[in-house]
Amino acid sequence: MGERKVTVAAEVGLHARPAATFVQRAMKAPMDITVAKMNSAKAPVSGKSILAIMALDVRQGETVVISAEGEGSEELLDELAEIAGTP
Amino acid sequence: MGVSPGIGHGPAYVMTVSVPEPPEGATYTGEADQEKERAMAALRQVAGELESRGNQAGGEAAEILKAQALMAEDPGLVVKMRTLIDRGLAAPRAVFEAFTKYRDVLAGSGGYLGERAADLNDIRDRVIAVLYGQAMPGLRGAPAEPYVLVARDLAPADTALLAKGQIAAFVTEEGGPTSHTAILARAMGVPAVVACRGATGIPNGVRVMADGTSGGVRVEPDESAVADAVSAARARQAALSSATGPGRTVDGHRVPLLANVGGPSELEAAVAAGAEGIGLYRTEFLFLDRAEPPSLEEQVRAYRAAVEAFPGGKVIVRTLDGGADKPLAFLPSSAAASAEPNPELGERGLRRLRRFPEVMDAQLSALAAVASEDLMVMAPMVATGEEAGWFARACRARGLTGVGVMIEIPSAALRARDLLASVDFVSIGTNDLAQYAFAADRRLGAVSTLQDPWQPALLDLVAMTLSAASEAGKPCGICGESAADPAMACVLVGLGASTLSMGAGALAAVRAALAAHTLAQCRLAADAARARTTAAEARAAARAHLPGLDHLGL
Repeated sequence: MGERKVTVAAEVGLHARPAATFVQRAMKAPMDITVAKMNSAKAPVSGKSILAIMALDVRQGETVVISAEGEGSEELLDELAEIAGTP
Repeated sequence: MGVSPGIGHGPAYVMTVSVPEPPEGATYTGEADQEKERAMAALRQVAGELESRGNQAGGEAAEILKAQALMAEDPGLVVKMRTLIDRGLAAPRAVFEAFTKYRDVLAGSGGYLGERAADLNDIRDRVIAVLYGQAMPGLRGAPAEPYVLVARDLAPADTALLAKGQIAAFVTEEGGPTSHTAILARAMGVPAVVACRGATGIPNGVRVMADGTSGGVRVEPDESAVADAVSAARARQAALSSATGPGRTVDGHRVPLLANVGGPSELEAAVAAGAEGIGLYRTEFLFLDRAEPPSLEEQVRAYRAAVEAFPGGKVIVRTLDGGADKPLAFLPSSAAASAEPNPELGERGLRRLRRFPEVMDAQLSALAAVASEDLMVMAPMVATGEEAGWFARACRARGLTGVGVMIEIPSAALRARDLLASVDFVSIGTNDLAQYAFAADRRLGAVSTLQDPWQPALLDLVAMTLSAASEAGKPCGICGESAADPAMACVLVGLGASTLSMGAGALAAVRAALAAHTLAQCRLAADAARARTTAAEARAAARAHLPGLDHLGL
């Protein structure tokens, strides 16, 4: 399973609008995608659920782990990492 | 009550905020699959409408609305809702409970994320309204013509997407002269009537005319009535625009007329309206909706833009007024619970900043970086001379020279002399001063008569402060909404106000009112008002000494 570790740069964290951009991309992918907060007890959540991602409460400067598996997942992970890391 | 002048007419658009909670344990008859499809169709409809409205709005609003559209069709939410329907719950109740689950998670996080809980409530209400076949709450489309927005009350979040061209007038059931609706309407230059009982009973689409001067609202007015009202309003506008130049009485007593400005976007309107400077620059716009305070550079840019907009004019910047109705993620309340039980009486304004000195230090440093003799700084919510002294020392340690405090708490008005001992000027915020003097929440329509700036007790507190400033030989301005009332503006000048600051839309009327009277008339009007015992009598008595108001149609 592929994964990327990304530090969230957006001022409002991975909430609302940044999360929306992320989810819009994730929803186009056929495979499951998960997002987890580094060093957190919270379980990974679906990368296609904006509410679940928002509920992770990822703040600016915190790191998330994005995981996906299957054909095209490496390119997808690169794109998602880019989105999550955009200020 | 008219709170923003002008005549507005158009079809009513009623924002229903009361979507009922579907009864607990409500069940359905028929197949689970059909019930699920019914719920899904409602979710899709709401998501589609949010999305298309986002596309129409463009810009930042588009991003917000698209995020909301995603929330409406969130897969986690859908799974939860389907499960609840499988257990026998009817679609509206299943929607309600599924949203509530996420809402509670977000609300529990507080701060920025907590505020998103309101977004979810909004989406939930829309979906339930669709399921019940009700009119959609609060959706704003691109109308064929400007509409009259009717609501119980409008929160800042409700109005974030409104554009001046869309709205002919605001009519709300709640609110008073200082409610958000009133302030927003004046900033937009849109007529508004508040505290209008029964307004939300107006059917959607029915034509309505609102007179933001008299407070009158007419349902289905005939065309000639609309034409008459509009032409009278035009004539009035023409009379007002005859007065130009800096603020002064007809006999030449100078009273600089300044603007209250809530952010960089309002600077242009203030300059265009002929403001001679800024009497109240609210800095909250830099801080709201953020997880971290703004950087020094960002603050410096914002303050410099304000100073540069008014070459040679004074710019009074108010330090961050957090707390109460302006919660900030990085300035959390100290109360054990996440919310203060009575935030208006809690740790807000300067009180909050004293507990977060690094935030105030950063703001004062940014102000010091653009310091000039035209830039002045004042603190909100100061109650005692000791607090004023503390703030003044912090400012002076950074080399800031024009240092002042707001007078908006009765204790500060009563002992204005003590506050003036350590600062260079004071400025009276009449909205909060009335709120605290009368123990009357400024957002509550039920007590709005106590918010009337003509209340003799408020006039006394203002007069007391002005005379203390005069004795100290220091200026005292007015930056509350009362300065926007032309008759009251004359009274304030009669009481000795050195400057008046108001929303840009009110400047023309106040300038014309002052230019139509002598300083002696203003003093007589002030004395007459203070001699009365009710707000209505005080206002009538003052007007009797201000004959120019009638000529101007004010």
